Amino acid sequence: MYVAVKGGERAIAAAHSWLGEARRGDPEVAELSVSQIREQLALSVARVMAEGSLYDPDLAALAIKQARGDLVEAVFLIRAYRTTLPRLGYSRPLETARMACMRRISATFKEAPGGQVLGPTFDYTHRLLDFRLAAAAQAGLDAGPLARDSVARHEDDAPVRTPHIAAFLDAEGLLQAEPIAPPDAPAPPDLTREPMQLPPGRALRLQALARGDEGFLLGLAYSTQRGYGRTHAFVGELRVGSVPVEVDIPKLGFAVEVGEVELTECEAVNQFTGSRTAPPQFTRGYGLTLGHNERKAISMSLVDRALRHEELGEDDAAAPAQDAEFVLMHADNIQASGFLEHIKLPHYVDFQAELELGRTLRAEARGGDAAHEAVPGETGS
Amino acid sequence: MEAPCDPLAHGPDPDDRRAWMGLLARAPATRLLDLWQVMALCPARVWLRAPEIGAVMLRGRMGAVGASFNLGELTVTRCALRLEETGAVGHALVSGRDVAKAEVAALVDALMQTEVAAGLREGLLAPLQAEENAARTARAARAAATRVEFFTLARGED
Repeated sequence: MYVAVKGGERAIAAAHSWLGEARRGDPEVAELSVSQIREQLALSVARVMAEGSLYDPDLAALAIKQARGDLVEAVFLIRAYRTTLPRLGYSRPLETARMACMRRISATFKEAPGGQVLGPTFDYTHRLLDFRLAAAAQAGLDAGPLARDSVARHEDDAPVRTPHIAAFLDAEGLLQAEPIAPPDAPAPPDLTREPMQLPPGRALRLQALARGDEGFLLGLAYSTQRGYGRTHAFVGELRVGSVPVEVDIPKLGFAVEVGEVELTECEAVNQFTGSRTAPPQFTRGYGLTLGHNERKAISMSLVDRALRHEELGEDDAAAPAQDAEFVLMHADNIQASGFLEHIKLPHYVDFQAELELGRTLRAEARGGDAAHEAVPGETGS
Repeated sequence: MEAPCDPLAHGPDPDDRRAWMGLLARAPATRLLDLWQVMALCPARVWLRAPEIGAVMLRGRMGAVGASFNLGELTVTRCALRLEETGAVGHALVSGRDVAKAEVAALVDALMQTEVAAGLREGLLAPLQAEENAARTARAARAAATRVEFFTLARGED
């Protein structure tokens, strides 16, 4: 039981005032603007949007600034803000085949139709600290003459629809088919509107994973690779780019584009030897996140695949990543940190009760000697 | 120039309207507002729905092609207005929280149903479209420059 405390207003006000100064840091150093964070810490912004479950780069950048760079705290701010927004509608399902890809790779087909496009990636970098970035006024490092030349040679490459690689395997029947929803299918469940129902269907699982903590999902996905519910995943395709968002406007009788969002999509292709209910074929796991979040999207696709073991008739290996309740009830870093961090707030009455109990038990164990031991700090709540 | 038909009598072509509404929604706010200033139009209007900031739930598809699921929300601003002079109604539903952008988008949507449509198309929509095309082409070219050919190497163990 939690018993409220009161008092301490002046100390709290002083602490928050200091927090403001600490956020600013050394006043001799130039202050960061929200647009600098949005543009130069774009992957932090993407993570806060994905886990905050709200696409708005400016708000995410503001949250990062306010949270002093603590991304989970920033996610908390975004989650709190999003509860104030009226729900004005639902998008048509995003067509990722229409993505204007800045990155699109396949680890399964080297000659993927549509080509392998690396985009701005950390892959194949040497992970050596670049001290040139530490030196001020190093403008122009990002686009050297080589990059500009190669851009000039490719100006004929018009943006095109990029087919999904899974479609090619699918056509051969080697890949588990993705069930297509009938046009009159009910709306998917929304965990921001109703409490999570267990056991969760795949739509609810994907929503929870999409806003789940990257680190938690990474650990779970890694556990499946190491053998806890092994699914032997390949990255069939990973793509990053912008996708148009269409929303129906009932008054007009048609859907309009309201803008574009950057998304990361991962389709995992997994070895599968077949089961009682499914023929030998490759199976699929799916990851989709707001913003550029490759590690998260890949992790999500592996965890999605692990959670599908039941529908595929696979044995339950009792692996953590196969346990939908375990995964979904612990993936949300705001729920988790809320409960975890509340234990640092005053629990004096709680603990006093435990203390009394402990002393009593010790006294009884010593043979009925009820004399209290003197303990410093034993006063009230 | 003779108009083939009175746009108000038949209403705008839905595909045409979808196209300009999408273009206005995707346009960078500062650029849209700059071009609007240059057009120097200040039509009297009444709000049918004053600008409102909210969220739209984005939906994805399982495995990119399957049934839908809720992915996360997107901030949007919407408004609707009527031009006092012609009675044309303009709607806007645009991503982000820029109220001024939504208002201009709705005004342009309404004015595109009036006789100033041709001027707006030339002075505002055409430049926005050209700039969007250029940005997309530049981005696609930038991506194409990172297109890679991987080769597998026989290791000669057999």
